[in-house]
Amino acid sequence: MQVKEHIVKNIINFLFLVMLIAIASRHAHAELNIFACEPEWAALAQELAADKASIYAATTALQDPHQIQARPSLIAKARRAQLTVCTGAELEIGWLPVILRESANSDIAPGKPGSFEAARYVAMRDVPARLDRADGDVHAAGNPHIQTDARNYLPVAQALSARMAELDPRNAAFYRDRLQTFTQKWQVAIARWEKQAAPLKGQSIAVQHTAFPYLSNWLGMREVVALEPKPGMEPSVSHLAQVVAQLQQHPARMVLRAAYQNPKPSEWIAEHAHITAVMLPFSVGGTDGAKDLFSLFDDTIQRLVAGLK
Amino acid sequence: MANKIYCYAIAVALLAYPLTLLAASNTEIELMHEQIQQLEQRLQQAEAASKQTATVAAAQSTGRQSSHADSSANAFNPAMLLILSGIYGQLAQAEAPPTGFAMSPNDTGYARSFSLQESELSIAANIDPQFRGVATFALAPAGGISVENGYVQTTALGNGYNLKFGRYFSGLGYLNEQHSHTWDFVDQPLVYRVLWDNQLTEDGVQFKWLAPTDRFIELGAELGRGLGYPGSDRQKNGVGSGVVFAHIGDDIGTGGSWRSGFSLHQTRREKAQSHGVPDLAGTPGGVDTEFSGDSKTAGLDFVYKYAPDGNTTLTNLKLQGEYFRRSENGLLTYDTASANITDSYSSTQSGWYVQSVYQFMPRWRIGLRYDQLNPGNAQIGPANAANVIGSFAYEPSRTTAMMDFNPSEFSRLRLQLAQDRSRQGFTDKQIFLQYVMSLGAHGAHQF
Repeated sequence: MQVKEHIVKNIINFLFLVMLIAIASRHAHAELNIFACEPEWAALAQELAADKASIYAATTALQDPHQIQARPSLIAKARRAQLTVCTGAELEIGWLPVILRESANSDIAPGKPGSFEAARYVAMRDVPARLDRADGDVHAAGNPHIQTDARNYLPVAQALSARMAELDPRNAAFYRDRLQTFTQKWQVAIARWEKQAAPLKGQSIAVQHTAFPYLSNWLGMREVVALEPKPGMEPSVSHLAQVVAQLQQHPARMVLRAAYQNPKPSEWIAEHAHITAVMLPFSVGGTDGAKDLFSLFDDTIQRLVAGLK
Repeated sequence: MANKIYCYAIAVALLAYPLTLLAASNTEIELMHEQIQQLEQRLQQAEAASKQTATVAAAQSTGRQSSHADSSANAFNPAMLLILSGIYGQLAQAEAPPTGFAMSPNDTGYARSFSLQESELSIAANIDPQFRGVATFALAPAGGISVENGYVQTTALGNGYNLKFGRYFSGLGYLNEQHSHTWDFVDQPLVYRVLWDNQLTEDGVQFKWLAPTDRFIELGAELGRGLGYPGSDRQKNGVGSGVVFAHIGDDIGTGGSWRSGFSLHQTRREKAQSHGVPDLAGTPGGVDTEFSGDSKTAGLDFVYKYAPDGNTTLTNLKLQGEYFRRSENGLLTYDTASANITDSYSSTQSGWYVQSVYQFMPRWRIGLRYDQLNPGNAQIGPANAANVIGSFAYEPSRTTAMMDFNPSEFSRLRLQLAQDRSRQGFTDKQIFLQYVMSLGAHGAHQF
């Protein structure tokens, strides 16, 4: 009997302490607090909000966005976020749901204005006709690596800017101006990149992971083979030998991989199929050159064109 | 005025209509009949045609919708995950408990040769904007289904508050909340086996609060019935067990992250049975004992994970350790079957483990674990001084090595070797082969 009362008393004291800390720690947010799942969206948010937001990038370009641990630090950062900017399309399915649940922040729950998914605003590619894990780690909504096509940033920026204005109406005019500036600069840049990338048109490429359908579609490259036997499955040497045989039938100029991927399969293919291995930044920070969204594509196109030589 | 005239005109026309019909000749009536029939036929044809196009349109639209998961009716089905696992075990002593520990009566030890392990079926979905429900059914290989977890948690409280109620794994320690398919070894550390019957499951309410700080600080409390061991699942009103825990965690650079925790558990044990307990008289097969009293456990846990640049796909390292210490105070009844002598009993027992798992190349991991237990020295009342063993002067320990191969993130094959010195005077060399497969929804894993 005594112990029971003791337990209840201890726990009531504990809860009281929790409440006190909670009340004491409430404070007003000066700027829009953004939790970006990937660095490209952090960079886009930076372009659109400048100093009106404090932006936290949950991952770096050197990390595989499918395979992120729901680290305590991410949960703590999501706790105070007013807006999450993520790719969606199940890219973050292995970790974001845990973070959203554990952070207990109802502002960023799916469906709330504080939850922004970029993939909702672009036309998805490679939407699987059938869903079967025998096909590897397929995503029902389509290939989630939308950030490799520069054109996709235009609709995403428009929607994101509108969302920022909705959450922070005081600065709505500011966000509108930033969007206009960004859109103009971005359209000019797209024209420049397309011109630079003209030699890539019609070229055949091999890819390590099916991470580049949007890039290939944009620049008119043809993907002839993927090194991974199924999406998300690390290729074995025997499988790579088959890929080399395939490449003899359908030759490719280069093999592409993202900065975070294991360099070995690409290098093995480069050596055995005598083609160039090209590592692309994939997101902001993937290479030293990819410092922001503009230099991300400058660097990407430069590396691709250099790969032809 | 004009309205009135119209009204009169209509009234007169209506009254005059039957009169005009009467005035019409038979041929005219037949002609009208024919016309009406023709009209009816046309109407039927038109109706049939429009029905047909409607069904075609409906079929087309459902076809489009079913390819788009968001709007089809079965999108409301909950996420389902089935875990299939099995084991091959080769060991000398399958059931004997570690020396000096009165085990949960549910402790089953290990199975030898080929055996299917518990299959787990998890179903989870949002219930409405406020609640999310999770149920995990454990299908025992011998038959029978038990509810391993069945809880509801709030999703809209916000401000860092999370409330969970139903049956859940207690939030104490680090490993306790992790489902068996995510374990890095075939079995739980010895300290979990002896102090928590592998995993503390509780029927009750859990409350958690996450501080709004840059560093992860989480506080939690649980009130329960005392369902899982050491709770004795007593039938009484009120609260039978309580847990409080605190977790703190952060990153170290871009590659490292850690979480550390402190937990306290308290329960009142009523007539808790233990079977086959060795005694001073050396009774073959031991005796049955019964304990009633307070049980208090404190624990410390720590986990550190590292991957170069935080990219876990190539190589990564995980280092973790936990320590638990339990004090029990109350009355022990010796040999409930015959002698049945009751006197005071108090003991303090503890245990710890450290383990590390290293992924040295994609798909391949190796791990090493060291376990140790301290049965402590019990204070035994004079009536039982000649019956109950107070000191075993032996610290059970175990060294375990494992290697696993993960063809994809949904499948795992594991080899585990252990040198088990948990029984005094006997070293058991154990070999296990295990598979763990997950089918269905992509489960998101905890840190």
